Amino acid sequence: MQRESHMQQTQSTKWMTHGEAGLMLFFSMAAYVCAFAAPMALDAPFAFHASLAAVASGAAAFAIVNRYFDRQAALPPQEINGKPNYNLGPIKFASFMAMFWGIAGFAVGLMIACELAWPALNLDLPWTSFGRLRPLHTSAVIFAFGGNVLIATSFYVVQRTCRTRLAGDLAPWFVVLGYNFFIVIAGTGYLLGVTQSKEYAEPEWYADLWLTIVWVVYLLVFVMTLVKRKEPHIFVANWFYLAFIVTIAVLHLGNNPALPVSVFGSKSYIAWGGVQDAMFQWWYGHNAVGFFLTAGFLAIMYYFIPKRAERPIYSYRLSIIHFWALIFLYIWAGPHHLHYTALPDWAQTLGMTFSVMLWMPSWGGMINGLMTLSGAWDKLRTDPVLRMLVVSVAFYGMSTFEGPMMAIKVVNSLSHYTDWTIGHVHSGALGWVGFVSFGALYCLVPWLWGRKELYSLKLVNWHFWISTIGIVLYISAMWVSGILQGLMWRAYTSLGFLEYSFIETVEAMHPFYIIRAAGGALFLIGALIMAYNLWMTVRAGEADVATELALQPAE
Amino acid sequence: MSFWSRHQIFEKNSIILIAGILVVIAIGGLVEITPLFYLKSTIEVVDGVRPYTPLELAGRNVYVREGCYLCHSQMVRPLRDEVERYGHFSLAAESMYDHPFQWGSKRTGPDLARVGAKYSDEWHVTHLNNPRAIVPQSVMPGYPFLAKTEVDSEAIADHLKTNRAVGVPYTNEQIANAEADLKAQADPDNVGTDAFAKRYPKAVVRNFDGKGGAPTEMDALIAYLQMLGTLVDFKLYNEKANLR
Repeated sequence: MQRESHMQQTQSTKWMTHGEAGLMLFFSMAAYVCAFAAPMALDAPFAFHASLAAVASGAAAFAIVNRYFDRQAALPPQEINGKPNYNLGPIKFASFMAMFWGIAGFAVGLMIACELAWPALNLDLPWTSFGRLRPLHTSAVIFAFGGNVLIATSFYVVQRTCRTRLAGDLAPWFVVLGYNFFIVIAGTGYLLGVTQSKEYAEPEWYADLWLTIVWVVYLLVFVMTLVKRKEPHIFVANWFYLAFIVTIAVLHLGNNPALPVSVFGSKSYIAWGGVQDAMFQWWYGHNAVGFFLTAGFLAIMYYFIPKRAERPIYSYRLSIIHFWALIFLYIWAGPHHLHYTALPDWAQTLGMTFSVMLWMPSWGGMINGLMTLSGAWDKLRTDPVLRMLVVSVAFYGMSTFEGPMMAIKVVNSLSHYTDWTIGHVHSGALGWVGFVSFGALYCLVPWLWGRKELYSLKLVNWHFWISTIGIVLYISAMWVSGILQGLMWRAYTSLGFLEYSFIETVEAMHPFYIIRAAGGALFLIGALIMAYNLWMTVRAGEADVATELALQPAE
Repeated sequence: MSFWSRHQIFEKNSIILIAGILVVIAIGGLVEITPLFYLKSTIEVVDGVRPYTPLELAGRNVYVREGCYLCHSQMVRPLRDEVERYGHFSLAAESMYDHPFQWGSKRTGPDLARVGAKYSDEWHVTHLNNPRAIVPQSVMPGYPFLAKTEVDSEAIADHLKTNRAVGVPYTNEQIANAEADLKAQADPDNVGTDAFAKRYPKAVVRNFDGKGGAPTEMDALIAYLQMLGTLVDFKLYNEKANLR
């Protein structure tokens, strides 16, 4: 170490930046506080999480010091030979984690699908029962897989379309590592029974607080990169990323205010109660779909489809109209999760009305994505990655038609509480979010690691077909089981009695639960093929020395 | 200057773009959520709804912890078949002390809003230990570990206190006696049962898990399940009175 610093002295004097010093101090204190909190903990999961946080904070502080001694006196330059010096490290990490969590999340999904088909698989243990694994599945696929894809692509897209290096030195690393640490805390918490039971917002108060910090830094990194852009216009994908980041922050804060029983325990009680809590929850829940799973992934569509198809976005004006209409209308749609409940009728009617209207801007996005292919449709035959991206948009169109339909009260009276909802969610999640993410990762990995192309397009083809068949099996099984169960619940005999007991309707689901599990297994196999393909691309792909293509702004 | 070129103000200023997004996304939420806090018609005025007893609250926490809401709703809709299958449709007042609400979104199993007093305690013990011992076609996980885990009765007063801080009207007396009340409700021979009954009128005192010793999570969960939907007497409930 002495020799190193001696060598660097010859260049210029090396100082710790404010960021390095401040963050190191922050993590050192965090490590101390958490190490202090662990033995004080009132419950075992909190002690475990405090210890985990202490170790992680200590490691972070060490890593910052270590990096300081290893690095040169000057920080990485903003530009090299007049070209932006893009910061790709955090993006590589997030891409890797996306693939990792994706496979984990799909596997847990398969596990719980099997538990519903064969309940003995619950094993009578707390950690393996459906009620604890289901939040693990939803969070792993939405927030861990989807979240890492969104962070990775947003950091990539914002740099390229602003033609500037990502803002912040340590901040981007703080975001990706901090976010994944949040995932670890949330996921292990579910297994240990730590949950506040708000669907898709299950993590307890301390995980929520940590996510808030991470998210604010994420917003700052993104916005500060926009601020120092070299392009006059903010590219359309970045509007969607920004709407996603800002709105998720608002939703997270609105839905999660909770009072912990003790600062040394995991349990808290949410500030809202009863009907207000229900409204807050589904205002949050539906817009987790609207802004996390839709706006964010539309941003991916707006960058990766034009890029891969080598065609400009179909309509600039359509993108303006559907952007503002989409984010305005989505927020209203929450109450359609509460039709015929004790939520006042006026709120239900508003929710239904806006959900139906939401169909239009959703299809505006679909049209803009699909029509970008104008003049390049032939590429669907030769490029399975582009095919994946385009099929994802088709699934988006399908589920954004199905959604408004299910939001109509009479339809909802049948579909609500049944597997139809599960099928609907998965046509969006597997077909739209899954495929657009896969397409983006297939594009991104060769770009990030400087490879000429993917290891094997043939394997992408296999992935595409296996997963597509899996999705079709999944959603058609759930359509049938959902509508069947809904109809059985309300079936009457000619004498005016309810025809089926509840358990008879459960029994009728069994074959469809097996088909669903088979569909899920195919989807998982597809993802494993993908992971192998990406791994081989990084390990054995041919290096690329291609020219840099700059993307034009939206206009 | 055309309409479309006016949009450039958003495309060229990231801060204005953020402000625009914030304004646009704020409207829907404000319109739909804020009136729920002041419109009187939102929550009915009903006799009988009371805060949970300490044992019921502990049971509710088990219900939340195990993710029961993922397969069981607690919200009977005003539809003919549901009212016949489960009972009177749910009122907003019945969950007014619920932090968080447990209305659920999926019925892999039946609705539980009115499961209270429908089955015996023994039925619940057997069913929770091994659902297929009673209902062979059931897909519910077994929860045999509940009967082996004692409830943390020492901490329960803090839980009541926290609930009071978020708006549940627990009295000082209820908080001071929370631990004793928790033990009394699960043990009919306990000296504190009379005092408990005064603090929580009509709450049921029984040895829910059928075993001696300190109250278990099985006691707590069954105490919670057995009170669900039983607080409001619908023979006396006047719907018209709540048209405000």
